Amino acid sequence: MATVTTEQVQARVIEALASFGPDESQITPEATFEQLDIDSLDLVELAQIVEDEYGVVLKGEDMKELETVGDAVQLIVSRASA
Amino acid sequence: MSDPVAITGIGAVTPLGIGARTLHERWAAGESGIVDGAGTCREFRPEEFLSVKEVRRLDRFSQLALVAADEAMAQAGWEGELPYDPYRIGCVIATGIGGLATIEANYDAMRERGPERISPLGIPGFMPNAAAAAVSMKRGLRGQTFAVASACASGAHALGCALRMIQCGDADAVVVGGSEATLTEFSFASFNVMQALSPTGESRPFDARRNGFVMGEGAGVLVLERREAALARGGRILAELAGYGSTADAHHLTAPEPTGRPASRAIELAIADAGASPSEIAYVNAHGTSTQPNDAAETRALKLALGEHAYHVPISSTKSAIGHLLGAAGAVEAVATVEVLRTGVIPPTLGYEVADPELDLDYVPGEARPLRTNGRPPLALSNSFAFGGHNVALVLRGVPT
Repeated sequence: MATVTTEQVQARVIEALASFGPDESQITPEATFEQLDIDSLDLVELAQIVEDEYGVVLKGEDMKELETVGDAVQLIVSRASA
Repeated sequence: MSDPVAITGIGAVTPLGIGARTLHERWAAGESGIVDGAGTCREFRPEEFLSVKEVRRLDRFSQLALVAADEAMAQAGWEGELPYDPYRIGCVIATGIGGLATIEANYDAMRERGPERISPLGIPGFMPNAAAAAVSMKRGLRGQTFAVASACASGAHALGCALRMIQCGDADAVVVGGSEATLTEFSFASFNVMQALSPTGESRPFDARRNGFVMGEGAGVLVLERREAALARGGRILAELAGYGSTADAHHLTAPEPTGRPASRAIELAIADAGASPSEIAYVNAHGTSTQPNDAAETRALKLALGEHAYHVPISSTKSAIGHLLGAAGAVEAVATVEVLRTGVIPPTLGYEVADPELDLDYVPGEARPLRTNGRPPLALSNSFAFGGHNVALVLRGVPT
């Protein structure tokens, strides 16, 4: 797989989260999932999208640690380039 | 006889459009919402009423319920703060089947892309109580909240359940209704193999040429309140839910008991529960599905329960205008019945032209007609019967204008 950049992953994550409900302008790397009203069910959907897109398998315990959008982006980038 | 309960708000999304008033006005004007053999809510675009999150997370049956509930609660004057302790407000939203399209989409995803590709929103979307949960969560209703299921009597059973919840003191108010959205290829095929659907796509209840029902989708929701509590808060009472009766045929999975006796018992129980006599019924909103067995058995049940009065009371079927909304039917038809009592206008049984020799009651052919009240608050009967042999009758009472 080609290497993915943080910018690419961030753009994809923001696009996915925006389709879940929150206003796109609110979705910054610092925004917490709690602020965005993104719950555990949304994060499972996000994990499915990430797996389809980058081949990165995120499990429940990975997702539990995530607090912000930036956390998710970092995790995906690090796993994708591992 | 039990204490009547006030109906202070009604809402509906139906194949005739958005709103309870729209349903009654268009039906009374002779308009039909049935197109190409289906009663689709063509004017319902969920994104016009609901947030992105609600649209994405909720199956169509829950979306329909949420919009009908918003209308009912707004009419009851519940837009701002809830008028009662949230733990004293129940929420019962019936469905016959639940989120069928969501089940199908997730089953397809599993077959095509593997079990890991089922959405985590699948189960919470298709579970039959999803609509009740959505309404409860949106408005913070914290009393008893659940779904009831009895196929095509579900909506009416929900109303009976809510009535009793208030009468026995468990709640001051209940947001109650029914919702259904099963217009899928699988659903049409499933009803077709039972030969339940009209092959010509025509809903003609009680007509000699009736050949099956037309499936529809939609939701109806009502706000019920303890009468004294509604008056104390200055709420406007649209009508009263005055009586409820329910029985089972214990006869056949899908065919009604042909003598109509168990169904007539439900009607008798509902009238007695309202403290009324059969001759006081001024209008019957029939179950009237447009199938041969239902309309014949219902006619017999009405004759048994109402006696000679059955020949004098106007009877019309909402299903002639919107098709059969399955688990939503009883609630939507209760909403329509409230509008009949409130406006004094009885819409006709659309498509009824050729009399069946054995079905010799007044099915209100042709045009709408005025409700005769004899100067007293009128009583109306609304029937619901279901696959499984479930019978429900509701008696509603108008209020003096």
